[in-house]
Parts: sequence; structure tokens; C-alpha cells
Amino acid sequence: MMNKPIIEVKGLQKSFGSLNVLDDISTSIYPGEKVVVIGASGSGKSTFLRCLNCLEDPTGGQIIFDDVDIADPKVDINIHRQNMGMVFQQFNLFNNKTVLENIMLAPVTIYTKKAVKEGKTKAEFKEECREKAMALLRRIGLEDKANVYPSTLSGGQKQRIAIVRALAMNPKVMLFDEPTSALDPEMVGEVLNLIKEVASEGMTMVIVTHEMGFAREVATRVLFMDEGRIAEEGTPKELFDNPQNPRTIQFLKAVL
Amino acid sequence: MNILLAASIIDRLRKAVIVDDRWKLYLEGLGNTIIIALIAALIGTVIGVFFAMVNYINKKTGKLKVLKVIANIYITIIRGTPVVLQLMILYFIVFVSWDNGLMIGAITFGINSGAYVAEIARAGFESVDDGQMEAGRSLGLSTWQTMYHIIIPQAVKNCLPPLFNEFITLVKETAIVGYVGIMDLGKIPGLIQSRTFDYLFPLLIAAVLYLIVVLGLTQLHHILEKKLSKSDRGRGGK
Repeated sequence: MMNKPIIEVKGLQKSFGSLNVLDDISTSIYPGEKVVVIGASGSGKSTFLRCLNCLEDPTGGQIIFDDVDIADPKVDINIHRQNMGMVFQQFNLFNNKTVLENIMLAPVTIYTKKAVKEGKTKAEFKEECREKAMALLRRIGLEDKANVYPSTLSGGQKQRIAIVRALAMNPKVMLFDEPTSALDPEMVGEVLNLIKEVASEGMTMVIVTHEMGFAREVATRVLFMDEGRIAEEGTPKELFDNPQNPRTIQFLKAVL
Repeated sequence: MNILLAASIIDRLRKAVIVDDRWKLYLEGLGNTIIIALIAALIGTVIGVFFAMVNYINKKTGKLKVLKVIANIYITIIRGTPVVLQLMILYFIVFVSWDNGLMIGAITFGINSGAYVAEIARAGFESVDDGQMEAGRSLGLSTWQTMYHIIIPQAVKNCLPPLFNEFITLVKETAIVGYVGIMDLGKIPGLIQSRTFDYLFPLLIAAVLYLIVVLGLTQLHHILEKKLSKSDRGRGGK
């Protein structure tokens, strides 16, 4: 595990006006790691995750990804985001596109030019993307939903489709922002199972969640955030069974 | 008695429509009204959507500050002054040496409508969930690619009813061009009355023609709405 980190965060800061949401965060995320971020609401964990792909612009510090500091405003962030999948609490499937179009849109829009350069026709490449999208849908058992619009799907189905939509770009890292918080309880399981499955295939992940059981099961490392800092980190065993920081103890007592 | 009444009505109608080929005047007026409204709607949509997009991108990214200030000034001035004054300023001052009244009318109403369309389109953009843009950007699509594939189609769908409301208002409002002597449909009844001394049928005919245009627009609105609402009904395809 001690090879080069995929993401290296150095002195990350984020403030909204005079409010410091993230205060000097540094950590490294290594290939294959599943980093779970926990903490009370308002602790900055979602902001931290959203800074990793610059959906929130950091106000200070560096985020090194693929040898580039993507926190630098001069960097073309789009290229780097293509390698970082993100799954949102509210699913955010494209409402005006069918399920299949949702999955195909980014690969087709972004990679067609490259494919044409490599000698494929546009139609061939689109068909390739379609087949790949269908394979992803088969994997989650929703191939019969390929041509419906998101408005007809359950929350669990939407989130599973949102996950494979991100996978369709072949990302190096997947970021999950409270992926089960907006789901009805009976649908949490199907989504967590898919995330576990993707995790077991070796995907590097950063997951913000309130599901402590899931965190314990899937995490290789847990970060506990408090007031915009990483208050404590360790393996799930260390952090859940033997927390050191009084704030961690207090938080775990409240949620477990 | 009834026969006399009928005969008089037929005579008035004949004078209003047939004598001196007056029916051609209605068609000419209708044509001019449609030309002005159509060009104005085009100009207004382009200006309005452009400024609404400036506003939206400014809100999402903080860029385009100067354009946003220009948009605000434009909208404030246009919405804050009567269109008849805007028309007279363009007709008698700005384009004083240009004798194409029809185009001056179209440009005036285009600029005027643009301010209202900008507000309608702004509401349309704002009604699109923020998560849609974030999802597009998180996949590596650019702001513009996400606007094109995701945000604009949803915004258009959301603002279709007020947009068609604006187009309908626009068609009728263009009657103001009569103020500067342009022969649109609204001007024709007065013209015919000055020959026949009878307002009844010229006014009724002009009203019916306006109504037909508006009904056509309403129909177009329904067709577009049906086409765009397929994502609400679930199944894709045809």
C-alpha cells in the first residue's frame, strides 16, 4: 500500500466568507484504499469530499492528483474530473435523458473525438458506448429500464444507476457523498451492496456516510472530522473500538 | 323588415371586404403584423436567453461580471419605460434616416421582448436543480457541454408556458406600431373606416384575424409541451 498516493491533500482550506469550513487538512489516499469520512453534520466532511474534485473551489492548499495540483485555478479541471467518479446524495440523474442516455452521455461527449482520431467512426464508437452501458445495466439487473426516464425509478434504482454512470468513465477514484442518506430504509441495502462490490474489485474510494456498520465493514481507513479538521483517523477497528479523541468518543456514543 | 336588415348587413360587409379589393388590406396588415412579431420574437429570444445564460453562469461560476451588469441595466431600462416611447425613440431618433418602418418596429419589439424573455428564461434556468450541473461537471463535462445537453433542455421545458404567454402578448402589442404609421393589422380597420364610415366589420375582422394567430400559437405551445414532457411520463422512444 505504500506506493505513490492517488490523491495527496496538502494544507487544504475552504472558507465561505469569514467562516472556515476546512482548516488545514492534509492526508494521502493510496490506490485501493477505501477511506470513509465520518463526523457530525457541519463538521466539513461533505465540503472536504467536494473539494477533492473541485466542485467546491478550495481557498487554500493543494490537491495533487495525477501529479497535478488540481486546486490551481489555471488547471483544466474537466480532464481530471473524468478520472474521478462522484455519487451524490440526491442521485442527480439527468432528468431529460433516459437511463441509457444518462450513462452514455459523458463517454460519448468526451471521448468521441479521440475515438475518431484512432480511426473509428462516430457511429461505431457510440455503439461501443451503448454496449458498455448495457453491460453496466445488466450488472445491476436494470437492463429493462434502459429506455425509461429517471422520474419512474425508485431511489435505490436511481442511485445504482448513478454509480454505474460514474463507472462508465473508468475513473481511478470514486467519491461518494452520503450515497444512502436520501433513500428509503428498504433501499439502503441494495446500494451499499453495489458499493461493496465495486470496492472489492479494487476501486479506490472516498466515502462520506452515516452508515457506521457499512463504514466498519468496507473501510480500510476511517477519518473522523470535527470543526473542519481531521480530529482522528485509523483503521475501523482502532477508531470504532478504541477511539482516543474525546470528540470521537462523544460522536460515536451519539450515533451507535 | 328582416330582409331589409339582412340586405344592409350584407352591404356593410361587402364594403368592408370586397369593394376596392379591401380584403387585400387585411392580409397585408396581417402579413406585416406576423413579420414584425416573428422577427421580434426571434430577436427577443436570442437576447433573452443570452442574458439569462449570462446570469446563470455568473451565479454558478462567478464569471461574466461585466455582462451581468449590462444585462441588469438593459432589463431595468426596458421594463421601466413604455414600449411606445421606445418605438418613438428608435423610429424618430436612432433610425431617423432609415425608411424601413417594418424592420424598425421588429427591432423595437425584439429589444423590448428580450428583457421579458430574459426574466422568463432566468426563472427557467433557476428551476433546474443545481445537482444537474454538478452531476455533469463531476463526470468531466464542461460548463457549456452540460448547459447544452442538460440544463437548456430542462430550462426550456420549464419556461414554455410563460414564454408562449410572452409571444401571445407580443403579437397583440405590435399593434402599437400604428403610432408611427406602419400598416399593421391593427391599423387597417381605421384605414377602411375612413373610406366607408363604418367601423363594425373592419374591427370584427381584424379581431378575428388576431385571434386566429393567437390560437395558432397556443396550438404550437401544446405540441411542443407534449413533445418535451415525455420525460415526465416515463417511457422513452417515439
